Amino acid sequence: MRKSKHTSRRQFLGLAGGAAVLGGVPIVTVRPVEATPAMLAAAIRNVVGEAPVRIGKVKLDVPPLVENGNTVPMTVSVQNPMTANDYVKSIHVFNEKNPQPNVGNFYLGPHAGRAQISTRIRLADSQKIVAIARLSDDSFWSTSVDVVVTLAACTEEVI
Amino acid sequence: MASALINVPKRAKRGEIIEIKTLMSHIMETGYRHTATGEVVPRDIITSFVCRYNGVEIFHADLFPAIAANPFITFFTVATESGKFDFEWIGDKGFAETASASILVE
Amino acid sequence: MRSAPTIAVALLLIAADIAASPLSATEIPQAQRRSGYSFMTPDTQAIQDDDTANPGMLWVLDGEALWKSKVGAAGKACADCHDDARVSMKDVAAHYPAFDKTLGRPVNLEQRIDLCRVQHQQATPLAYESRDLLALTAFVAQQSRGAAISTDVDPQLEPFVARGRELFMQRQGQLNLGCTNCHDDNWDKRLAGSAITQAHPTGYPLYRLEWQSLGSLQRRLRSCISGIRAQTYDYGAPELVELELYLMSRARGMPMEAPAVRP
Repeated sequence: MRKSKHTSRRQFLGLAGGAAVLGGVPIVTVRPVEATPAMLAAAIRNVVGEAPVRIGKVKLDVPPLVENGNTVPMTVSVQNPMTANDYVKSIHVFNEKNPQPNVGNFYLGPHAGRAQISTRIRLADSQKIVAIARLSDDSFWSTSVDVVVTLAACTEEVI
Repeated sequence: MASALINVPKRAKRGEIIEIKTLMSHIMETGYRHTATGEVVPRDIITSFVCRYNGVEIFHADLFPAIAANPFITFFTVATESGKFDFEWIGDKGFAETASASILVE
Repeated sequence: MRSAPTIAVALLLIAADIAASPLSATEIPQAQRRSGYSFMTPDTQAIQDDDTANPGMLWVLDGEALWKSKVGAAGKACADCHDDARVSMKDVAAHYPAFDKTLGRPVNLEQRIDLCRVQHQQATPLAYESRDLLALTAFVAQQSRGAAISTDVDPQLEPFVARGRELFMQRQGQLNLGCTNCHDDNWDKRLAGSAITQAHPTGYPLYRLEWQSLGSLQRRLRSCISGIRAQTYDYGAPELVELELYLMSRARGMPMEAPAVRP
């Protein structure tokens, strides 16, 4: 344990020293942190608690091969009559490999008429997206899709 | 300066389900990017979006860094009465923007 | 994340393939010309099609406001001379870059706007890729939506179009590639997962998903040139304007679609 701590500190100092020599050029590069399946599970548990999550009723519309991971169109819909007694309370979207497992939480009600939202999301890598809907009876339904994300062909460093 | 694009039908029949589309100008800086010298570019995102129909909240969303820049959000609501939709975006660094759109319900 | 070695290898393989075959750099026949729009997936096309969903329109709206705001020592707004842009700027962008008599050379839309600011509004020129300049350019370009591109009608532009064509054809950089090698000879093939388009500038300034922002044609040209590992030109350099002019001339007759959306 001690050994790895020393090594990492030395590595960090080496990096910082090297960077100082190179000079502070304000070029922004992406060095994302890897999320873990445990983070995804924890984020889901935050919403769902210990309640069972059944598969069904929810539909996730995401292009299977995205044009660009920076802006991915996504539509989530839930098959539901949306009446005063039977409606969708909220829809929660999660991802598997971004640095952070949450994508968005969307709160509806019977007045929504249709349980469907669209937005555009960012995907750091090819991964699974999970959508969980909470119904008015506090039951949870979910679906997931696998999305392939390719990187842009040419990197550009300078604006 | 215009920061938002809203698409709400100008008129609708009572009980009709309408789609509302919103687009807000915002960089949505994730907080996970670094400069070449290793400094983190601090997070700067919209964290919440609310829509009120004649003062009553009909939709709200929690946004995270995984929402793309210039957030585009669409949702549905039942047109019940003529009036106004008020939209509010709140985010980091005291970001607070509003917009509104009217509807005639017959 | 961006595996530069992998992409460099992909480019090298294409470069080797192209170097092996004779340089068949001919203009794309009229009947086969396609806008970059047609190479996109339906989902991305849908973003461009809806004005209330196209992030580029945010800049157009900003530009509309700037058009009416008084600036500079002269305290004039664009509207004071040019009135309603829907009338005065209609189809104008389809004729740019255009010849400027005083400078004796072509200028692009961004440069024309800055020249107006300096000469008629007595204001400081806006920086390239600044939000205000992009907004004004987007607003003006949008007034040409649907108009057929026609930049090379002016005979004074001929030597500059020819120079631009040379720049488009020349091999350059560490990978020894010319624009023509990909965009005339290998369009509709793929480069590391992205479609190679014909490189027609029908939609500029456009919202590029990779940038998550609106950007100019010069920004795109600079990224392309640095992408093939060549020394890129500065913003406003005559070479970039000549390239723009040649690209627009090469796209003659194609309809303008600014502000477009591209991956």
